Amino acid sequence: MIVIAGRGGQELSRAQRELVTVARRLAGDLGSQVAYLAVGPEAEAAARRAGAFGIGRAVAIELNDASGAVEPIIENLAQGARRLGASVVLLAADHLGVQAGPRLAARLGGSALNDAVDVRVEDGRVIWTRPVFGGKALADVVLRRSPAVVTVRSGAFEAAEEGAGEAAVDVLEAVAVDTAVRVVQREEGRQEGPRLEEARVVVSGGRGLGGPEGFQRLAELAELLGGAVGASLAAVDEGWAPPEWQVGQTGKMVAPDVYFAVGISGASQHLAGISGAKAVVAINKNPDAPIFKVARLGVVMEYEKLLPALIEAVKRELA
Amino acid sequence: MGLHVAVLIKQVLDPEVPAARFQIDASGKRPAAGIAGEVLGPYERNALEVALQLKDAGAAEKVSVITADGQEAVESLRKALAVRADQAVLVDTSGHDDLDPAQTAEILARAVEKLGGVDLVVAGRQAGDWDHGQVGYLVAERLGWPCVSLVQRAELDGGVLRLTRQGPDGREVVEARPPLVVTVTNDERNVLRLPRVQDLMASRRQPITQWSPADLGLDAAALADLAGGEVLRLRIPERESQCEFISGDDPAEVAATLVRRLKELKLL
Repeated sequence: MIVIAGRGGQELSRAQRELVTVARRLAGDLGSQVAYLAVGPEAEAAARRAGAFGIGRAVAIELNDASGAVEPIIENLAQGARRLGASVVLLAADHLGVQAGPRLAARLGGSALNDAVDVRVEDGRVIWTRPVFGGKALADVVLRRSPAVVTVRSGAFEAAEEGAGEAAVDVLEAVAVDTAVRVVQREEGRQEGPRLEEARVVVSGGRGLGGPEGFQRLAELAELLGGAVGASLAAVDEGWAPPEWQVGQTGKMVAPDVYFAVGISGASQHLAGISGAKAVVAINKNPDAPIFKVARLGVVMEYEKLLPALIEAVKRELA
Repeated sequence: MGLHVAVLIKQVLDPEVPAARFQIDASGKRPAAGIAGEVLGPYERNALEVALQLKDAGAAEKVSVITADGQEAVESLRKALAVRADQAVLVDTSGHDDLDPAQTAEILARAVEKLGGVDLVVAGRQAGDWDHGQVGYLVAERLGWPCVSLVQRAELDGGVLRLTRQGPDGREVVEARPPLVVTVTNDERNVLRLPRVQDLMASRRQPITQWSPADLGLDAAALADLAGGEVLRLRIPERESQCEFISGDDPAEVAATLVRRLKELKLL
């Protein structure tokens, strides 16, 4: 059984629909079935919705845990995966997947793999591909134990289209887990505009901005274009941008139509986060910056000169 | 009594090596030797800084650093001693090549147990070479301790750890009691400090505790059996390079051309 796992919700997110694509490919090649597992406050809604993606069987575990700890989610995912007899568990490589994948594998006696960007079946063996060395290489990997608990990088697979259908849903009682870990304070993230991972336009800045002030210009451009602001690891380390803006191997994976890379040199670990972008626009004063190697359009100019002109040009276009 | 903090570190191929210089060796399974030097991994640097800040604040009594690697990793252990970690442990895994995260986690968990009295394990979110992102989490499972991930800062307040971490939509503060494992991500306040010259000198004379997997009760067969997977091969991804440069000295003109091209390409 190939199990797509997540936190549920009223809709299947784009990341979840990408998992459907992976699951279908595997199920077809291995001759197995696809099931859906949701653990969260709206588990049953999502489990019913899974039927519309041709998924016949689902388990919903309504978990309302106020602690904010991940352990209750992991333990209930493990219960659900056991109930479904999972041979493969697929999770999005998002905030939950990063912390739950390996631990879920350990609890199920399986093998873990993170950030899958491709999968194929050869002679009955499942071969997973994942970026390594900050995206400078791809590794083809086989896992030894079952289940394989795999997190899948967003943007690597097409999202499945919704059809019609009903899933048979088992609703299970959540297992209570107390870990003495409590979230006591949540800082609100960015309020306005789309989420970085879902934005059609992303305007990102790096060390070349020279300070936090440059991000105000980027925010202005992003707002005009209905996009989100991102940052490189270097800019986050400098304290110019909050960590939740970080794009790259260890930040957000983005897949916009246009990715503006402003003052970003293009370290591989950053490029790993933007491989899903349709087009990269590089703005950098150094013509040898590696970012130009992956850019569709490039401008060699100091951003302080170009950005105000670009904002004016966009305003004129939109007027 | 302050905490005994164990920091799990890894020496990695310098992540700053440009993509153009990256090559694969004859086995097809690992990077070619000599394409770059080795450095203390980027997230392990952040992890070490988080531990040292606990010590500065009087919350940690002792900071131990542990790595599972060959003798070459003594260099990174000495770097940790130079910023005033108290103890350095090398589990010498020479002869057990290409350990995977499941194997590494078992070795490190046993080393934490052998050290004894560890209250807090601090690991980087992922090593800067293979980017597995598994070891800290698997050590937590193996020890049976809870794990708080993507931590940026830690403070101890009356026996309770207050951890600032990256939540799904912004920062969160989490309270937890030891024993605990945390994985660390980068933040402007956990950039690793520089060593003082006298500490750098002193670190060269400090002893490194050396254990073998056998000292931890793991023989070669047991270790081999722990592997979770196998790398069949590495390959270098193809990158398109067809950048269309928009040239000119007049920002307004360049900006107008850029917007026009974006529209023509149906990107805006």
